[in-house]
Amino acid sequence: MELVAEREKVGEREKVKQIKKPVIKQKTEVSYEFDIRNLDVFYGEAQILKDINMKIEPRSITALIGPSGCGKSTFLRMLNRMNDTIDGFSFNGTVLHKGGNIYEKKTVVEDLRKKVGMVFQKPNPFPKSIYENVIYGLRLNGVRNKSILDEAVEKSLKQAALWNEVKDDLKKSALALSGGQQQRLCIARTIAVEPEVILMDEPASALDPISTAKIEELIFALQENYTFIVVTHNMHQASRISQKTAFFHMGDLIEYDDTEKIFTKPAQKLTENYITGRFG
Amino acid sequence: MNKLRKIEHTLGYISVTLCAVLVLLFLAVILWDIVSKGSGVISWSFIADAPSEGMTAGGVFPALMGTLFVTLITIIFSFPIGVAAAIYLNEYAKMNFSTRLIRASIRNLAGVPSIVYGLFGVALFVQAMGMGRSIMASGLTLGILTLPWIITTAEESLKNIPKSFRDGSLALGATKWETIQHNVLPYAMPGILTGGILGISRAAGETAPILFTGVAFFLPDLPGSLFDQFMALPYHLYIMSTQHHAIELVRPIAYGTAFLLIVLVFGLNLGAIIIRYRLRKKFKM
Repeated sequence: MELVAEREKVGEREKVKQIKKPVIKQKTEVSYEFDIRNLDVFYGEAQILKDINMKIEPRSITALIGPSGCGKSTFLRMLNRMNDTIDGFSFNGTVLHKGGNIYEKKTVVEDLRKKVGMVFQKPNPFPKSIYENVIYGLRLNGVRNKSILDEAVEKSLKQAALWNEVKDDLKKSALALSGGQQQRLCIARTIAVEPEVILMDEPASALDPISTAKIEELIFALQENYTFIVVTHNMHQASRISQKTAFFHMGDLIEYDDTEKIFTKPAQKLTENYITGRFG
Repeated sequence: MNKLRKIEHTLGYISVTLCAVLVLLFLAVILWDIVSKGSGVISWSFIADAPSEGMTAGGVFPALMGTLFVTLITIIFSFPIGVAAAIYLNEYAKMNFSTRLIRASIRNLAGVPSIVYGLFGVALFVQAMGMGRSIMASGLTLGILTLPWIITTAEESLKNIPKSFRDGSLALGATKWETIQHNVLPYAMPGILTGGILGISRAAGETAPILFTGVAFFLPDLPGSLFDQFMALPYHLYIMSTQHHAIELVRPIAYGTAFLLIVLVFGLNLGAIIIRYRLRKKFKM
């Protein structure tokens, strides 16, 4: 109940803001992939995120770093409303995707999640064939045409750099793949619904170094077409792949800047301590 | 000190093993008793003929069919409702007062003695709903008796489906219902079916509820409709071993009936195992 009331309140506040603001400014808002304002998130009584403000550019790779329990995964899950599935979740603030408030009443969550895909920490292929895994999202959209599906499977698996390894055996169970292959299959499954954004929650933390490298290459190769927001525990990974880095600590966004700057001359002492491995 | 611990360990190990073996022993004794005395009676005519000559000869065909019909009604009634309730409780219900109330009701329902279900069946199905003493009334009464079991086992198997299956599906833009339909229920099915069949096989052997709601002492012809009375194996067994005018004479028939009932229940359980094995293999879980 609280949540609904909160959403309405947020919606109203947003309306007021939009009326007040000049038209030109609204256009620039739309040019952001995500524009997060004054975001507080609670699980029950516990406050997980405190007054987060962040703008994310389209077609960019943003890394979210910070010690365990700092709220970075919770932040990620705000962007495709996966927190909605958690009992006791509530929030204040605004999350705009392409200028539209995604927590508005009229938002169709399913449509949002098609545009904002997600890859999870642990590879979670469905216990179906490789083929069925990739077309799961398309099937939901009502695509039945075999040739369209075949084409989508090939294209997605190629983009996820998995095609050459599985093309002769698409009927094989996805569970028979290695961990790294499974994760790339999950990426292919996400790509297949043609999202604008791909959220990744420590996508390589359960993988060996070679598979990790493959996933990173993949993110690089795909960055022209998608906006990536990647939670990672791995400092090197963050510095290698991202243009922007956000450092979270105890629910606060301590620093958010160009990755190069964060890793060479961070503005905050806390950030420096973390990236140099003094804690975390 | 060390020696003492070793002795303690050995004693503990021996006593738990003995208890486990004891359980096996009980089953073995029951089975041996019934199989040795009952299997000799089993013949085609025992299965396919009605009792004759004052129930001292002939077979148990009407009782067998009666039990099958009633069980069928029980399945049709309790399985869909039970599974649906489990889906609601596990996938939709929030932790609040009404959910706790529903869960408490289910637990209490499971603890109600079967004879009370019988009484309830008489009041609701036989009288209030005007079904009379019939297959329908008995099947529904047994259905209610089976419900808590089906709900509990179905909920347990839904719980075993990892959250990552649900998250993965939701993140691809599936609605909650689509997620349940395509990515939760199919994988929970082996467990749900196993639990369901075990619950129903228990119901098939129940006597008290049908005693009130529709079973008959002796009916040589098969029931013509679902609203007729019927014979049933468990009640037939009771009659043959306690109520018959020549109990000693019909003892073999009683054992034969018990044997058939056990074969039926074991058959159902075996079916549950096979279904579970096949579905597991299909989904490679």
